[in-house]
Amino acid sequence: MIQLTVNGKQYEVDVLPDMPILWVIRDKLKLTGTKFGCGAAQCGACTVHLDGQGIRSCISPVSRAVGKEIVTIEGLQPSLSKPLMEAWTEIDVPQCGYCQTGQIMAAAILLRENNDPSDQDIDNAMSGNICRCGTYQRIRKAIHLAAELKRSAT
Amino acid sequence: MKPSGSISRRQFIRSTALTTGGLIIAFHVPAGIRKAAALTETSLFMPNAFLRIGADDSVKVLLSHCEMGQGIWTSLSMLIAEELDADWHKLQVEHAPADTAYYHTIYATQRTGGSSSLYSEFDRYRKAGATARHLLVQAAANRWKVNSNECRTENGYVISGDKNVRYGELVQEASALPAPADVPLKDPASWKIIGKEKIKKLDSPEKINGKAVFGMDVHIPGMLTAMVSRVPVSGARVIRYNEAAAMAVPGVRQVVKIPTGIAVLADDFWAAKKGREALKVQWDLGEASHLNSDSLLTELKARADKGGTAATNAGNPDETFSKSKYKLEAEYYQPFLAQAPMEPLNCTVQLSADKCEIWTGTQTQTDDQRAAAQITGLPINKVFITTCFLGGSFGRRNITRSDFVREAVEIAKATGKVVKTVWTREDDIQGGMYRPAFLHRFKVGLDASGMPVSWKQISVGQSVMTGGPFEKVAVINGVDMFSIEGMQTAPFVKKIKDQKIELNTPTWPVLIDNWRAVGLSHTIFAMESLIDEMAYAVKKDPVAYRRMLYKDVPRLLGVLNLAAEKSNWGSPLPKGRGRGIAAYEAVASYVALVAEVSVLKDGSVKVHKVTCAVDCGLAIHPDGVVAQMEGSIGYGLSTALYSEITFKNGQVQQKNFYNYPILRIHEMPEVNTFIVPSNEKPGGIGEASVGQMMPALTNAIFAATGKRIRNLPIKKVNTGTA
Amino acid sequence: MKNFHFTLFHHTWKVIVCIVLAIASVNLMLPARPTNTNRSSAIAPPATIMPKNNPAADDNEKKREQESKAAFAEAYTVFMHPRCMNCHPSGDVPLQGDDSHQHTQGVKRGPDGKGLYALKCSNCHQSVDLEGEHLPPGHPNWHLPTAARPMIFQGKSPRQLAMSFKDSTFTGFRSIDQLVEHVEHDKLVIHSFTYGTRPPLTHEDFVAKVKEWIDKGAALPDK
Repeated sequence: MIQLTVNGKQYEVDVLPDMPILWVIRDKLKLTGTKFGCGAAQCGACTVHLDGQGIRSCISPVSRAVGKEIVTIEGLQPSLSKPLMEAWTEIDVPQCGYCQTGQIMAAAILLRENNDPSDQDIDNAMSGNICRCGTYQRIRKAIHLAAELKRSAT
Repeated sequence: MKPSGSISRRQFIRSTALTTGGLIIAFHVPAGIRKAAALTETSLFMPNAFLRIGADDSVKVLLSHCEMGQGIWTSLSMLIAEELDADWHKLQVEHAPADTAYYHTIYATQRTGGSSSLYSEFDRYRKAGATARHLLVQAAANRWKVNSNECRTENGYVISGDKNVRYGELVQEASALPAPADVPLKDPASWKIIGKEKIKKLDSPEKINGKAVFGMDVHIPGMLTAMVSRVPVSGARVIRYNEAAAMAVPGVRQVVKIPTGIAVLADDFWAAKKGREALKVQWDLGEASHLNSDSLLTELKARADKGGTAATNAGNPDETFSKSKYKLEAEYYQPFLAQAPMEPLNCTVQLSADKCEIWTGTQTQTDDQRAAAQITGLPINKVFITTCFLGGSFGRRNITRSDFVREAVEIAKATGKVVKTVWTREDDIQGGMYRPAFLHRFKVGLDASGMPVSWKQISVGQSVMTGGPFEKVAVINGVDMFSIEGMQTAPFVKKIKDQKIELNTPTWPVLIDNWRAVGLSHTIFAMESLIDEMAYAVKKDPVAYRRMLYKDVPRLLGVLNLAAEKSNWGSPLPKGRGRGIAAYEAVASYVALVAEVSVLKDGSVKVHKVTCAVDCGLAIHPDGVVAQMEGSIGYGLSTALYSEITFKNGQVQQKNFYNYPILRIHEMPEVNTFIVPSNEKPGGIGEASVGQMMPALTNAIFAATGKRIRNLPIKKVNTGTA
Repeated sequence: MKNFHFTLFHHTWKVIVCIVLAIASVNLMLPARPTNTNRSSAIAPPATIMPKNNPAADDNEKKREQESKAAFAEAYTVFMHPRCMNCHPSGDVPLQGDDSHQHTQGVKRGPDGKGLYALKCSNCHQSVDLEGEHLPPGHPNWHLPTAARPMIFQGKSPRQLAMSFKDSTFTGFRSIDQLVEHVEHDKLVIHSFTYGTRPPLTHEDFVAKVKEWIDKGAALPDK
């Protein structure tokens, strides 16, 4: 049995230590906001926060999460989720929507570490997240807006 | 001379409509819904299959088409909401169940495709909303003992003088009234929703907060997860596999042989994946083991040398060619492509003695029902499909043979379990149903003004429509019109007196099917590259030249000129930068794209800007149109730069995004979209601009570097410098 | 009395001149102190004093220098192999693969060499190598050199690389012994010999070559 902390709650899961965090949270905890896109750390759809860092959960074994805090889209702290989700809604970013939670989780790391990101900063933060529908231009606009909303909230 | 054996996408649509009896207005409500409603809700107004209004004022729209990112969740709902005068904020949307009530108004089956949802539902959905409003008004008028025309509606209320009543309060009375034969629709001048900029997508909130349910997210109690070892070619068979090794993996429950391969069923995704790896399935690829991309290309060229079936054959193009002032010969090659939607395929099936329940993201509900009925022996109306959000499709979920649904039903049948069959990304990239590889070869003679007077063309590639339900209307006299889509019907080609357009169709074991824009995904690249070469051959500016070619097509001229204007065509650019244009009609809309690019020293391409002019007739959801243009530009750019599926000894060489690379945010150009104001009938959007992006890019590379690219993907440009 | 003083002075003068000459000749005999392009301190290898005008000593010295250069030439093939060079790029982007292309997904060095935002090295690179095609290799300390001290190998000739290793602002080492310590014992270095396409020497042989280069005078390659 493995003890996990996810979105502030404690869980006990009966899985082998090599099971990727992604499948523990999707298949065992039924938290399906985090998505499977490639299983090879190529697309970022699986991005969750582990002790605040944006890891690729599709290849990170659950053993890595023991004693640490996992945060998924469902539990993203309001100081980050509020400006991001408001901006994402204002710009109407999603198309099929499948990649969007991963995009937001990656953007959250950027906003936490940089309160006024430039376009280059956005490239540096977000080039790991694939959007097949091509919403990149709106993602960029939404990140700028989210940063603005976050700055005016504090 | 009028070319024979050719039909445009418009004619294809019209001819299918004729065979299916024209427009269908379904004013009945499927039995399943009526029954469920009776059990769960006391008051529900169900004037037709598309709408349910509750006593709590909730307005539920049922979509006959599926949402895959193209935005119909919102734009179809706008049609109903406009006529209904409901409170927009009380709107809920659902995918309709699989039922004849939801048959496509043209294709006589329940399906989504061809960028046709909005224009095929433009009348039906508005009528659905208008009918409901009419009945609600009648109910209120009856209650107040006034005439209907003394009532008006606004934001979910019926109002007469100082009296008003919520829609929700009227549901019982309205339910008892007979439906009118017909109802008038609103004057567009009074539209508050249709065509308005401020409308936000209704599905965005749940896609942003992670609550949206895609097929991949479905969980049924007791469900097992299955993965299948399969190959993307026909005629293969399994030689051997190690069942015991798979069963030894913790969490694996069963191994079963099915028509497409070997399935491993396990407690969860991870166990299924490890179990399948342990199987070590060995395949005999049969004829397909000789598939090698080099020899496939050689064969395409040899077939082009040989000639094919004539789609058009008029006059004497060879003679006219020899006498032409300008002579141009060019050959364009484009590879097999995977659609690669972000959500890999999946399908959950619960099969019992008397029904088959399916949960998946699919565009082909009726085809899927028929496939499941055939496999299980159940009647079609006992096959229930819950359509989930599609995490992208681009053609992969529009498969008339229902490949992934069939497979999932086979597994449920073989095991008796509730099973979610899932595909990994490798399964997706290697899974077939590719856009076929195509070669287009041209021999064109131009007169002194540059107009083409002789046109000889041989196109070579597999037929997408043969063997499918649309074969009879799409394959005419041996020519799959989708293989040469938009070529013989190009306005200036139709006028050429001396022309021969031939198609040679190989039958290879590679499994092929729909890819976004279908034939236009490769024909527009060939045509707009050739047109660009024609312009340069006669030393005319590419925009000026196209003005000449398209002078009789005002809507195409319109977008051409708008894109040229908004991109500052002709204004000076820094050294090494170039602009390229492509303008074409696609899915009943007109799109012109101007790309502005540089090529860096190492040959990599930098796209700075794309200017898009789109005439889609009436733009029902303008911001949705802009979003689709931006997205298509990203999709087309990614494809032209990077995408190819190659074969070596029958194996697909690409596996995942590390060797089937996708455009990323730092490569996305600035996109500026301009919608031509129009009251023409709505045209399609989803596939309207993918094809144009590719030649706009290569034409711009030519302008920047003098290098003409005739083969895709580009990857890097050989500038001959580094 | 006068003659005695003169003789003494003259004799002393000769002795002084001889001593000076002897010292000068010893200096000429010593291997030249390594020069470098910047003002930092050079690391002097151990000196060996050979008597002047000894042809055998000259030959030995030349041989030692050649051997030192040859040792570096072999070590160079390891330093410039993708398993080492990929994390010692000339730019802000790590290199990837046996063809040392720029790392995909827009990954950057970042100020601390550990990447940026949601693309930090350890976001994908786990603490161990992952099994499976094209899955990232891993180590608990996966990182690049910092932006302040990037330790660039890429694009350097053997001579340039050798000069860099002897420059303490490049390495951050106070003495060249620390270079040996690094290549011999650093865990990330050791790990680089255990996955993917291997460098041309084993770790053991590589360390031996580095030591030999230094022990035999840390000679700078000609090119």
